[in-house]
Amino acid sequence: MNARRILAIARKELIQVRRDPRSLAIALLLPVMQMFLLGYGISLDITNLPTCVYDQEASQHSQALLARFKASRYFRVVKSVRDYGSLRRAIDGGDCQLGIVVPWNFSQQLSALGKSSVQAIVDATNDNTATLAAGYAQSVVNAYAGDALEMRFTGTARQLGAPQPIAVDSRVWFNEDLASRDFIIPGLVAMIMALVGALLTSLTLSREWERGTMELLISTPVTSLELMAGKLLPYFAIGLADAAFCVALAVGWFGVPFRGQLATLFLTTLLFLAVVLGIGYAISAAIRSQIGASQVALLFTMLPTAMLSGFSFPIDQMPAVIRAITYVVYARYYVTIVKAVFLKGSGLAQLAFPILGLLIYAVVITFIAARAFRKSLG
Amino acid sequence: MLERIIALLVKEFLQMKRDRTARFRLLIPPILQLIIFGYAATFEVFGVSTVVLDQDHSQESRQLVSRFTSSGRFQVVQVADSRRAVQHALDLGDATLALVIQPGFAQLLQKGQSAPLQVLVDGTNSNTALIALGYVGQIASGYAQDYGSTLAQRRGLTQAQAAPQISLEQRYWYNENLNSRWFFVPGVVATLTMFMVVNLTSFAIVREREVGTLEQIMVTPVRPLEFILGKTVPFFIIGFVEVALITSVALLWFQVPFRGSPLTMVLGASLFLLSALGLGILVSTICRTQQQAFATNFFVLNPLFTLSGFAFPISSMPQALQWVTLVDPLRYFLIVVRGTFLKGIGISYLWPELAAMAAIGVVLLGLSALRLQKSVD
Repeated sequence: MNARRILAIARKELIQVRRDPRSLAIALLLPVMQMFLLGYGISLDITNLPTCVYDQEASQHSQALLARFKASRYFRVVKSVRDYGSLRRAIDGGDCQLGIVVPWNFSQQLSALGKSSVQAIVDATNDNTATLAAGYAQSVVNAYAGDALEMRFTGTARQLGAPQPIAVDSRVWFNEDLASRDFIIPGLVAMIMALVGALLTSLTLSREWERGTMELLISTPVTSLELMAGKLLPYFAIGLADAAFCVALAVGWFGVPFRGQLATLFLTTLLFLAVVLGIGYAISAAIRSQIGASQVALLFTMLPTAMLSGFSFPIDQMPAVIRAITYVVYARYYVTIVKAVFLKGSGLAQLAFPILGLLIYAVVITFIAARAFRKSLG
Repeated sequence: MLERIIALLVKEFLQMKRDRTARFRLLIPPILQLIIFGYAATFEVFGVSTVVLDQDHSQESRQLVSRFTSSGRFQVVQVADSRRAVQHALDLGDATLALVIQPGFAQLLQKGQSAPLQVLVDGTNSNTALIALGYVGQIASGYAQDYGSTLAQRRGLTQAQAAPQISLEQRYWYNENLNSRWFFVPGVVATLTMFMVVNLTSFAIVREREVGTLEQIMVTPVRPLEFILGKTVPFFIIGFVEVALITSVALLWFQVPFRGSPLTMVLGASLFLLSALGLGILVSTICRTQQQAFATNFFVLNPLFTLSGFAFPISSMPQALQWVTLVDPLRYFLIVVRGTFLKGIGISYLWPELAAMAAIGVVLLGLSALRLQKSVD
């Protein structure tokens, strides 16, 4: 390994990146676009869910209950209907995603039997929204029932032995507001780096092949390891700069809490970059056309990182076979690390397992990448 | 005119037959995506890893915990003996949720007083945490109501004298079992079609330009509109085959119901394919090389995908982004696809979406015809 030769290659690569508008777009534009697009576009929180109410009773009690739905920030009552047909049309047409039906004997049953029911009709096309909406509706109804109890048993409630519900005192740790943005954005850093790194480096050797400069490179005294080091060095710098940019945007613009140590993030990011760049380099060595290489790189990074890394879909809810596959998805380890460093403030010791995963990956990939090119030289 | 178009069609299909990588590109990504989306994409919450700290050691506290485990939503992975152990489990990620039952829980319940149940939840994944908390509330209030009823009975009180109970009957329409797969798989039909068709069309035309055959075609009597027709018809057919293929996998393998009329689906797919083809051709008129087309597609398709409502509800986006989604053809096709698959609604409900796709398609195709005309002159 000769430092002078490595630096020369690195300089050459940097000039090439600067002159290639496509590489520049990937390095500079992609992080900005993905950060803002996904930072704002991806939200699982529901607020102002369009709601339709059907009050069959139209009594003081039913009005009081529905007023609570109107006051809740989770629901926006957009329609009040007088028959089931209209309710059905409103939900079929997508004007409303929730229908609350108060039966005609609501308060009568409540006073005579102490028991009554309210119907919630949920458009469950999106099962996640439906589950959340039903949960919020439940808590609105529970709160109303609790207050109705207070009204009926003023003072004497306890002597009568009227049981009060179990008071659930819930505390949310690490993401106190349960904001999906705080959960998505740290993972986005991983997603962007995986994409940028693999897309950029996938071009590095195929470009030489396509332009016919590979033969020239081979004829120089540069060894294949030096070539790899020199070629990847600029991308390391670009990757780190992109990571810094994304983290700064996450904290400064989106206000995601950063509770861990920057050093932890820096060290693990270096490891992750080694893996990502190594994969891009290996693809580039194996596929000699730029367009083919970038397509393969996209296929191998985008889908697994978006779907199987725990970036948005929780891994522990996947079927066992898919869960086993996620251990092969290198982004999984980094997504775990970034989220933990941002939200939990975890240190190196707590992250030993994912770091070990990344480390093994880095070693294996570097080895494969180094071998991949030596073969094509011969 | 027809003759010339047919000649172009024959040429297109011959080219496709000879292109081996195209066959790979047409088959592997759809299958991969379907499998991943069908099996991995889920927001459902089952078996949340739970740590329990029971400081009351009463019959009541044990009953409550067993309600949690028997619901299937929670899985007790650890029984802690101290608050520190609970904290440790959450910190390390061994457990996502902690149930803490303090001493005196049963006594309070027996006296008919409010008994506290403390729940600590790891909110890193806000969605899982929210849903889990919803289940905690349901289980706790269910237990409290049952306990209250038996207590009241034992003391000879009628239900009317006891606490009022208001139950919320939940009816889930269109997806009764809240199956995430039913939501995602039909969406994949729409998304994949867009990615495939736009990529194929733009690459095919740019390749002609790269190889130099585009100029050869332009010197023949073929007019731009005929050229566009000759180019789009084969990809239209491919797009349709793709839709049919993915739809049949969705129906046969993933058992997603199809409640609407196939005609609505065919109409929706045709109009959507118009927009996708228009987009593909437009990209190809801007790009000189396949690499440029690749990058342009990436920067165009990604936002269209993110803003389509495929996974993340449009109503939760900021207002400005919601307006942007109005020009996204995928947004409309997703509504049509989910409407026909799950809701079983027809054209009487879906006409605004169909009209919007038609409009976007006409604009895109018109623009690309104009641009192609220019590049010929």
